[in-house]
Amino acid sequence: MSSLAQKKGFGAVLWDYLTTVDHKKIAILYLISGGFFFLVGGLEAMLIRIQLMKAGNDFLSAGLYNEIITMHGTTMIFLAAMPLLLAFMNAIMPLQIGARDVAFPFLNSLGFWLFFFGGIFLNLSWFMGGAPDAGWTNYASLALASEGHGIDFYALGLTISGFGTLIAGINFLVTIINMRAPGMTYMRMPLFTWTTFVASALILLAFPPLTIGLFFMIFDRLFDSNFFVVEMGGNTIIWEHLFWIFGHPEVYILILPAFGIFSEIFAIFSRKRLFGYTALVFATILIGFYGFMVWAHHMFTVGLGPTANAVFALATMIIAVPTGIKIFNWLLTIWGGSIQFSVAMVYAIAFIPSFVAGGVTGVMQAIAPLDYQLHDSYFIVAHFHYVIVGGVVLGLLAGTHLYWPKMFGTMLSEKLGMVTFWFFFIGFHLTFFIQHFLGLFGMPRRVYTFNADQGWDLYNLISSVGALFMAIGIIVLLVNVVLTTVKNVRVGNDPWGDGRTLEWAIPSPPPFYNFAQTPLVRGLDTYWIEKMEGNKEGMIYAEPLGDIHMPNGSIIPFVMSFGMFVAAFGALYFMDDTKPWALAVLVIGLGITFGSMLVRSLKDDLGFYITKEELIEDAKRGGNTDGHK
Amino acid sequence: MDINKRYTAQSWPDHPETATLEGKNKFVGFWLLLAAETVTFASLFATYLALKDKGPSGMEFTAAGLFELPLVFAMTMILLTSSLTSVYAMYHMKNHNFKAMQAWLGITVLLGLTFLGLEIYEFNHYVHLGFGFTHSAFSSAFYVLVGTHGAHVLFGLSWFIALMIRNSKRGLNMYNAPKFYLAALYWHFIDVVWVFIFTVVYLMGVIG
Amino acid sequence: MAHDTPEKIRSHAEHEFLKKKRSAEMRQQLTSFAIMIFLTLIAFTMVAAGFSTYLIVPIILLLAAIQVVLQLYHFMHLSNKGHGTIAFFMFSGMFVAFITVLALVTIVWW
Repeated sequence: MSSLAQKKGFGAVLWDYLTTVDHKKIAILYLISGGFFFLVGGLEAMLIRIQLMKAGNDFLSAGLYNEIITMHGTTMIFLAAMPLLLAFMNAIMPLQIGARDVAFPFLNSLGFWLFFFGGIFLNLSWFMGGAPDAGWTNYASLALASEGHGIDFYALGLTISGFGTLIAGINFLVTIINMRAPGMTYMRMPLFTWTTFVASALILLAFPPLTIGLFFMIFDRLFDSNFFVVEMGGNTIIWEHLFWIFGHPEVYILILPAFGIFSEIFAIFSRKRLFGYTALVFATILIGFYGFMVWAHHMFTVGLGPTANAVFALATMIIAVPTGIKIFNWLLTIWGGSIQFSVAMVYAIAFIPSFVAGGVTGVMQAIAPLDYQLHDSYFIVAHFHYVIVGGVVLGLLAGTHLYWPKMFGTMLSEKLGMVTFWFFFIGFHLTFFIQHFLGLFGMPRRVYTFNADQGWDLYNLISSVGALFMAIGIIVLLVNVVLTTVKNVRVGNDPWGDGRTLEWAIPSPPPFYNFAQTPLVRGLDTYWIEKMEGNKEGMIYAEPLGDIHMPNGSIIPFVMSFGMFVAAFGALYFMDDTKPWALAVLVIGLGITFGSMLVRSLKDDLGFYITKEELIEDAKRGGNTDGHK
Repeated sequence: MDINKRYTAQSWPDHPETATLEGKNKFVGFWLLLAAETVTFASLFATYLALKDKGPSGMEFTAAGLFELPLVFAMTMILLTSSLTSVYAMYHMKNHNFKAMQAWLGITVLLGLTFLGLEIYEFNHYVHLGFGFTHSAFSSAFYVLVGTHGAHVLFGLSWFIALMIRNSKRGLNMYNAPKFYLAALYWHFIDVVWVFIFTVVYLMGVIG
Repeated sequence: MAHDTPEKIRSHAEHEFLKKKRSAEMRQQLTSFAIMIFLTLIAFTMVAAGFSTYLIVPIILLLAAIQVVLQLYHFMHLSNKGHGTIAFFMFSGMFVAFITVLALVTIVWW
C-alpha cells in the first residue's frame, strides 16, 4: 500500500480520489471543484456585465437577472473562494507544521464531499425549475415571497456545504493545536498557518448562526413554520442578524488566509524575514476578534436606532487598525529586501494598493450617515469587489502560482502568468473602479437594466470591457495549467530557491506520509535556518526512522454526503402535493447518511503501518529525493 | 496504539481519554464542536426570546398560560440525575472497571429515555391544545429550540447505546476509552443546555 | 507514535493513592450535584412563590450560570491541566453566544 504510485487506469485513479483521506489529494479535489465553481461564477459575472453593457438592454430578463446575480454571489463566496482557500490550507498547512496529515483524515474527506454535494445541489437549481433569486444575502422578506424552488435549493444546498466547512474548520484547529512538530511553538508557526488557525476559529463560531438561519428558512418555506412570517408574529430582521453574524466573520474567513499567502510570498521573494512577525500574528487575532462585533454595519439602514448604529460604526472603524498594521508590516518586509519579481510577488505587490482602496471605501461606509447615501448603490458593489477580488482572488491567483509546484511538482509558466496578471489586474480596476462613481451617481445595485442618458452609459460600457479583460486573463491561466501539465517538467524540493518554511524542505509533491521522520523545529522559518547553517537535508529530525501509522482510505464520506444530497431532494418536494414520493426520498436519504455513520462507528478502522524498510525503499526510489528521477 | 492490548487497573493510564494522539485529537475536536454548539443554541435561544409570545393578532396562547411547572421540574430532576450517573460511569472508566461503567451508563440511558418520553408527552399535549408547530412564530421558535435539544438527547442516547453494545464483549481499551469519555461530555453539555431551557423558556415563561 | 504517553505500570502504593484520589474527587462531584439540585429547587420555588418578576429573572439567570459553571468545571473537568486552549475556545463561543442573544433581544426593530 505504501509503494510509490504506479501507472493506474482511470477507474483506479477515480476510486483513489473518491476514497482518499490524504490531505494533499483532498486539496487537489478542493482546487478542482472550487476552480470549476469559480468558472461558473465567472460566467455568471460575464452575463451580468453583458446585460449592463448598454442602457435598456434585453439580453437577460429581469427574473433571470435576479437569479444570475444571486447565484454569482453565492457561488463565488461559498463554492469558489472558500473551497479554493481550503485547498491551500489542506495542501500546505500540515506541511508547514511538520505533520503527517490533518487530525481527522476521515472527516477531512467528509468535509470535502459535503461541500461538493451541497454545491452541486445548489447549481442543479438551474435545471430544475429556476435558481434562487433573492440575492446572495437571501433576505427573508424577499425569500419567502419567491416562487418556485430556487430558495429551497439555496437553503438546503448551503446547509449541506456549511456542515462540510464547519468540519473542515474543526479539523484544522485540532491539527494546529495538537499536531505541530516538536519545537514548533505557536510563535514559530508560519503566518499562513496562523491565518488558517484564526480563519478556522471564525468558521467554528460563525457557521452555526448561518446554519440556524438556514434551518429557519427551510422550516418556513417547506414545513410551514413562522419564523419570518410577519402576519404570524415572525420577524424578518432575525434572518438579517443571523445572516450577518455569520456574514461578517465570513469576510475575514476569506481574507485572512489570503493575507497568510501574501505574507509567505513577501518573505520568500524579498528574501527577508517577515517584518514584525509578532505584530502580524496579533493583528490577525485581533481582526478575528473584532470580526464578530461589526456585523450590523451591513444593516445601518434597517433602522436599528442611533445607539446601535453608532456602536457598530465605531467598531467597524477600529477593525481597520489591525489591517493597517499588516499593510505596513508587508511594506517594511519588502523594503530593503532583495526582491524577485516572480508572478506570485507581482500579485502580492498589486494586492497592496488594490486592497487598501477597498479598505478605505470600507471605512467610508462605516460612517453610518454616509452609508444611508451609499447603501444599495454600485458604490457598495465596487467596495466589496475591491476587497474580495483585490484581496482574496489576487491571493488565490498568487497562491496558485506559489504552491502549484508543491502540489503538482511542476511550475506554471511565469511568462503566461505575467500575461494573466496584467489582463486580470487591468481588467479588475477597469471593471470596478468606475463603479464607485456609478454608485455616487445613483445607480442602484441588483437592478437588471437602466435608462440611457443618466451619465451611466459610458461607465457601464467601460466596466463591461474590464470584465472581458479579466475573463481573458483567466483563460490564459487555464491554458497555462494545461500546458504545464502536458509538459510535465518536474521540479525539486524548493523550486523558488528561497523557501523559508518546512513545506519547501520536502519533495514536490511530497510523499503521502509527508515526513519520513518528524522534523525538529528550531525557530521561525525553520527551513531557512537550516539552509543558512549549511544543512543539506534542510531539516533536523526529532525521531529516528521508524514505522509510520497511516489512516485507511474510505468511501463512507462520499456515501454519507450522497445521502444528504438525496435527502435534500426529499425535503425540497416535501410540500408538493403532486410529489407524494418526497417523504420516501427524504427518509431514504437520511437512512443512507445515518446508516453509513453507524457503519463507520461500529467498524473499527485502525489504519495501517508503513514499515521502516518500505520507507527506506521509497527513499531509494525517489520518494525522498528532490523529485528528479 | 494496539486495540488488542489488555490493560489492568494498574497499567491503565491516568487519563485514558487523552493518552493517545487519536484520543487527544478527538478530545480537543469534540470540545471545539461544543463551542460551536454553544453558538448554535445561542442562536436558537435568541430567536426564541425575540419571538416569545408573538403570533397572529388575538393569539390565545402565551408562555405564561401554556407551560406547567411540575412536569418541567420532573424532567429537570431526571436529566440532572442522569448527568450525575454518567459522572459515575466515567469514575469507573478511570478505575478500569468496565462492568460498573456499563451499569451506570445503562442507568443514564434509562433516565434519558424517561426524559425523552416526558418531552414527547409534553409536545403531544400542546399539539392537542392546538399549539402546533405551524400555529405561530412563538410556537415555531419554541418547538425548534426545545426540539433541537430533544434531538440532541436522542442522539446522545443512541451514541451511548451503540458504544455499550459494540464494546460489551471486549471491555475497555485505548481505542474506545476516548469515545466513552466524549459521549459523557456530550451528555453533560446537553444538561447545560437544559439548565438554560428550564430557566429561560419555562421559568421565565411562566412569570410572563 | 511519538505523541503517545509511554505505558507505565503503577506500583501498588501509587495505585492505591490514585484510587483514593479518584474517590475523593467523586465525593466532590456528589457535592456539586447536591448544589445543582439545591439551586434548581430555589429557582422553581421562587417562581412558584410568585415573587416580583424583576427580582426573579436576574436571580434565576444567575443560578443557571452557577449551575453551568459547576457542570463545566466539575463534571466536564474544564479546570484540569491541558484544558487551557479548550477553555479559550469555549469562552470565545460563549462570547459570541452572548452578543447574539443580546442583539436579538435588543435590536430586532419592534
